[in-house]
Amino acid sequence: MPTTVSMTVNGKKVSGSAEPRTLLVQFIRETLGLTGTHVGCDTSQCGACVVHIDGKSVKSCTILAAQAEGSDVLTIEGVAKDGKLHPMQEAFREHHGLQCGFCTPGMVMSALDLVKHNKNPSEQQIRDWLEGNICRCTGYHNIVKAIAAGAKAMA
Amino acid sequence: MPEGTGIGVSVKRREDARFLMGDGTYTDDINRHGQTHAIMVRSPHAHAKIKKIDQSKAKGMPGVVAIFTGEDMKVGGLPCGWLIKNQDGSNMVEPPHPVIAQEFVRHVGDIVAVVIAGTKEQAREAAEALNIDYGVMPAAVSLKEAVKPGSPQVWEQAKGNICYDWGLGDKAATDAAFAKAHKVAKIDLVNNRLIPNAMEPRAAIGDFDRATGDYTLYTTSQNPHVIRLLMGAFVLSIPESKLRIVAPDVGGGFGSKIFHYAEEAIVTWAAGQLKKPIKWTADRSESFMSDAHGRDHVSHAELAMDKDGKFLGLRVETLANMGAYLSTFSTCVPTYLYATLLAGVYTTPAIFCNVKAVFTNTVPVDAYRGAGRPEATFLIERLVDIAAREMKMDPAEIRRKNFIQPSQFPYQTPVALQYDTGNYDATLDMAMKMIDYKGFPARKAAAAAKGKLRGIGMSCYIEACGIAPSAVVGSLGARAGLYECANVRVHPTGSVSVFTGSHQHGQGHETTFAQVVSERLGLPLEQIDIVHGDTAKVPFGMGTYGSRSIAVGGAALMKALDKIITKGKKIAAHLMEASEKDVEFKDGKFTVAGTDKAKTFGEVALTAYVPHNYPITELEPGLEEQAFYDPLNFTYPSGCYIAEVEIDKETGTIEIARFVASDDFGKIINPMIVEGQVHGGIAQGVGQALLETCVYGKDGQLLTGSYNDYCMPRADDFPNFEVQHSDKPTPCTHNPLGVKGCGEAGAIGSPPAIMNAICDAVGAVHMDMPATNEKIWRAANAHMARAAE
Repeated sequence: MPTTVSMTVNGKKVSGSAEPRTLLVQFIRETLGLTGTHVGCDTSQCGACVVHIDGKSVKSCTILAAQAEGSDVLTIEGVAKDGKLHPMQEAFREHHGLQCGFCTPGMVMSALDLVKHNKNPSEQQIRDWLEGNICRCTGYHNIVKAIAAGAKAMA
Repeated sequence: MPEGTGIGVSVKRREDARFLMGDGTYTDDINRHGQTHAIMVRSPHAHAKIKKIDQSKAKGMPGVVAIFTGEDMKVGGLPCGWLIKNQDGSNMVEPPHPVIAQEFVRHVGDIVAVVIAGTKEQAREAAEALNIDYGVMPAAVSLKEAVKPGSPQVWEQAKGNICYDWGLGDKAATDAAFAKAHKVAKIDLVNNRLIPNAMEPRAAIGDFDRATGDYTLYTTSQNPHVIRLLMGAFVLSIPESKLRIVAPDVGGGFGSKIFHYAEEAIVTWAAGQLKKPIKWTADRSESFMSDAHGRDHVSHAELAMDKDGKFLGLRVETLANMGAYLSTFSTCVPTYLYATLLAGVYTTPAIFCNVKAVFTNTVPVDAYRGAGRPEATFLIERLVDIAAREMKMDPAEIRRKNFIQPSQFPYQTPVALQYDTGNYDATLDMAMKMIDYKGFPARKAAAAAKGKLRGIGMSCYIEACGIAPSAVVGSLGARAGLYECANVRVHPTGSVSVFTGSHQHGQGHETTFAQVVSERLGLPLEQIDIVHGDTAKVPFGMGTYGSRSIAVGGAALMKALDKIITKGKKIAAHLMEASEKDVEFKDGKFTVAGTDKAKTFGEVALTAYVPHNYPITELEPGLEEQAFYDPLNFTYPSGCYIAEVEIDKETGTIEIARFVASDDFGKIINPMIVEGQVHGGIAQGVGQALLETCVYGKDGQLLTGSYNDYCMPRADDFPNFEVQHSDKPTPCTHNPLGVKGCGEAGAIGSPPAIMNAICDAVGAVHMDMPATNEKIWRAANAHMARAAE
């Protein structure tokens, strides 16, 4: 039986119908129409669906929509303010940290959480942190550079 | 040209903002009004007879709109784009490729039925309720097993599972070269099967407009016009005028999204049957068993040398896996994209290659980043290292001794290609300098002092890109032309829309193509729009693969821009009351030589659409031009990659200490984007060398069917890649931009560099990829045991 799920997404209160089995990522993409959060696998490994729930990065395919009831969710659409790229997004652009763009939202959301934990991450720390985010285009080289630069810009 | 937006500038990508803000539009992001959802029901068996499909339970389940099987969908088969001839002149075996399996399934993942319902969950539940009775049959799985006498037959008409037995080169001359050889280097190698894994899973939405009878397919494709042609003409018999293909933002391709797939035809056909939009999006596990796989060769090769280490002859025998059906470009990959590259960068005068393509009960195999050229490069560059060992020569020295020299271009190889230009010493010198080749013995000694084994390995690659002269590929069996089309529409107020048949799915064309326009027309980027990926907008196109976008699509764009300038000059000449031949165009201005008369590009554009003062009897109004460009030759990017690795002999773990790349791509439009392409290519090549491999069980079950089992490279698997462009680049001689293409080089050049470094470190003659810790540990310990004896 579908139930109504309510949460705050990108600063706005939203509610919508969800089946008990509906994943948060489905709720975000299909019910809310926020398609910046992507689905790249079915085993919770690729990280294309990373969002922040109550300030922590979470793969939104690993949690049911109902479990996010009452949470504060930030998706990639809520990162830029007034159409201006966030410093981390700007760093990805500046350092060519994206190619096809599919893994990019998850990468940015993961990177933002890394900086919360570690304001000045080393290259190795960035590479280790990205264990849960797969990119097939960039060889990670420029993503790592972008995240280091983004962290500096946020300091 | 406005400062900093033309050719050669690392302009930041214009497409990035939408991807970074979550505003990209990928196929699965699109939803059509009244949309239904399709689930493909796939065979769990590698080879079986479909005895019965019982739909009784599934049909009545909630939300179910329709269930179609092969019995319902009797349409044309999926076509193969390239006819290969056997050595005896007969045609290859070309079995049917039904969209939905008819009577038999031939690989795990083969589509047996499609269930369409109101929601994806409803469709999935009904699909699970389908009761399919299979008569399981023995399967031919691995290449080596499939060609053995008595092996199960994938197709009755393909005896011994052989699709074709093809040869290239002069066998007699090659045998003669071996007869006079001082030494012969030999290798048996496997080019491991890979699963492409673009991060966006394939998806397709079929839509049918009742009012017009028009079909629209939204799909994750690298070449929408090719899909329109193949699906319209061969599968569904829909004329191009009634069929629109949209390939919007596409999340990576690497070859796997070139081909026309069954799901595209199914959703389009079913949308027409049901008069409803139908969406299908692959789960990743479906991608593993339905996206065309890559590589999968087993080869034996021998290289004959004289007493100085000069190469005299090369002979190669290769078995290439086709999988169960012939995918769109499958047959040309191990032939015209592989054997034609076996000269490498060397003057080997006699080469003969025999390729047997083999059917197996596995997913079809087709082009994957590099397509044939990585297989050729891996074989040559491993064999050359073994040759160096045989001759007790330095790997760099034996390569130099055999390089085609700059004075020898154009150089006709014994395997059909004519290289137009190159400088192989230049990239080798550069890479050796970058890695401090001379300092390696000291680094090796320092590593040994820590108990580590350090090795160095190089690879000098060449590839043939910019596919291709249509007449050439046509004579070799291609069933299509391989030109490109560009249309340039100058709007009345001077902004420009470019409609290109090239398709971007990560390459950054919206930036690089705009740079070409900015350079040529002197316009700021804000006034230039690059439109691609929609057959309703773009006149025609052959799409993006084989590193062809800038070399062929960019050349078409240049031709169209030239036409715009030619017409603009006529209009400007009229406005300035000058002779057309005295009008010059530079930096966005038409001027008359020797005068101060000038008209801006914008003024000329406006005049073309407001032709009050216009040479109307000689010239049509408007300013829009189109060009098709069919290249005269392939382009030949080349370069040198050197890897240095350090191995822990106790555990077999490997660290890539350095990886340097020196590439000659001719002229470069955007260095930042080119470097990004090389990084990504190297990562895929290193992935192949160290981590990735597709494994099937003996029964044909796909054992590496998810990210739990297939080792996708992660950020912590790689070092930084040091990438430089050749300091003595050799621009392509036959396209107007002098460009060669850069998309595949990294994946082509890196596997042999890594494997040569590992073999050097552990003292092994050869090791098959992927070089897992276990393989490395075994080899290192075998070496130490030998050393102790």
